[in-house]
Amino acid sequence: MIARLLTIFLLCVAAGTALAADTGLKPKLDIGKGGQCVDDPKFMRDNHMRLLRHQRDETLRQGVRGGKYKLADCVECHASAKTGRVVGTDDSFCQGCHRYAAVRIDCFECHASKRKALPESGK
Amino acid sequence: MSEIDPSRRKFLGSSSAIVAGLALAPGLLLIDTAHGRPAGEASSGKVRWGILIDTNQCKPGCNDCVTACNQENGLSGGTQSTDSQWIRKVELKDMRSGRTASLPMMCQHCEKPPCVDVCPTTASFKRADGIVLVDKHRCIGCRYCMMACPYKARSFVHEALTDQRTEVPRGKGTVESCTLCVHRIDQGLGPACAAACDKAGHHAIVFGDLNDPDSEISKRIRSAATTQVRSDLALNPGVQYQGI
Repeated sequence: MIARLLTIFLLCVAAGTALAADTGLKPKLDIGKGGQCVDDPKFMRDNHMRLLRHQRDETLRQGVRGGKYKLADCVECHASAKTGRVVGTDDSFCQGCHRYAAVRIDCFECHASKRKALPESGK
Repeated sequence: MSEIDPSRRKFLGSSSAIVAGLALAPGLLLIDTAHGRPAGEASSGKVRWGILIDTNQCKPGCNDCVTACNQENGLSGGTQSTDSQWIRKVELKDMRSGRTASLPMMCQHCEKPPCVDVCPTTASFKRADGIVLVDKHRCIGCRYCMMACPYKARSFVHEALTDQRTEVPRGKGTVESCTLCVHRIDQGLGPACAAACDKAGHHAIVFGDLNDPDSEISKRIRSAATTQVRSDLALNPGVQYQGI
């Protein structure tokens, strides 16, 4: 009985998720540059937090520079073309998705959220 | 414009490795450790970064090293007790003779740092090449290290910050101090204070590898009498002074 209920519940959840995706409930993001970056977008979506955490410890504590998963490079590519930032508005690359997933993001309390080179005006 | 060509980076990495290999020929030390490490390589314990400050060259009233530090690390430049100061200019006067000396004071990058000993979260740590840093991911802002430091070199960030520099992340609720411009060292550059002092024509701040007997700093320390501040504590600071 319990197994049957659980199956029904899981099916409902799966259907709900599929519906949400179909009806466009995903966050609309203002991505500076989308598509393939240092890895497959799906892989990055699932694992960016682990990759960043791993690399930050190596860089800070051991001094390993030039790694593949660099927060500064995330900002460089994905900052909004309008504001030059990955946080600040509800459609910003980092903030938009974190808001949707209800996960607090505190990287940018210390780290720069702004692209180094300012976006060209009028674009 | 700022696109990175990975093949170029790979070429640079491998070519520097070849150069390093050539330099290891017996009896020949061609490696200048002031060049940045190749990407992916950890800092090495063979190097110990240090600074020699020649107080005879340091000009009273000149504040260029402090200004350069503030600019490089995105500090406000304020001098109140709640403002971060990574480097300060100190004027000394011997009351008997009246002799005066001027010098910059900052984190002394001790070999046996008391700030690291007392840190309850291992946020305060010493990198393999002797640079003492704060891992702000682990810092809980307890400020024990500030109390333990005999040089009063550390500051606490009291207010939320915005527009930090990309290379120098800083944030409210954590302790910070001179990083010896670690982001510049890893690129093969020296600290911003030393560069500013050279630019001003004083050459009072000599940066280099204390473990390399052929580096300028080692030669200077070998040939002239130098002092470690509070040497009685036997912390063996990486920052040393000449003429005090």
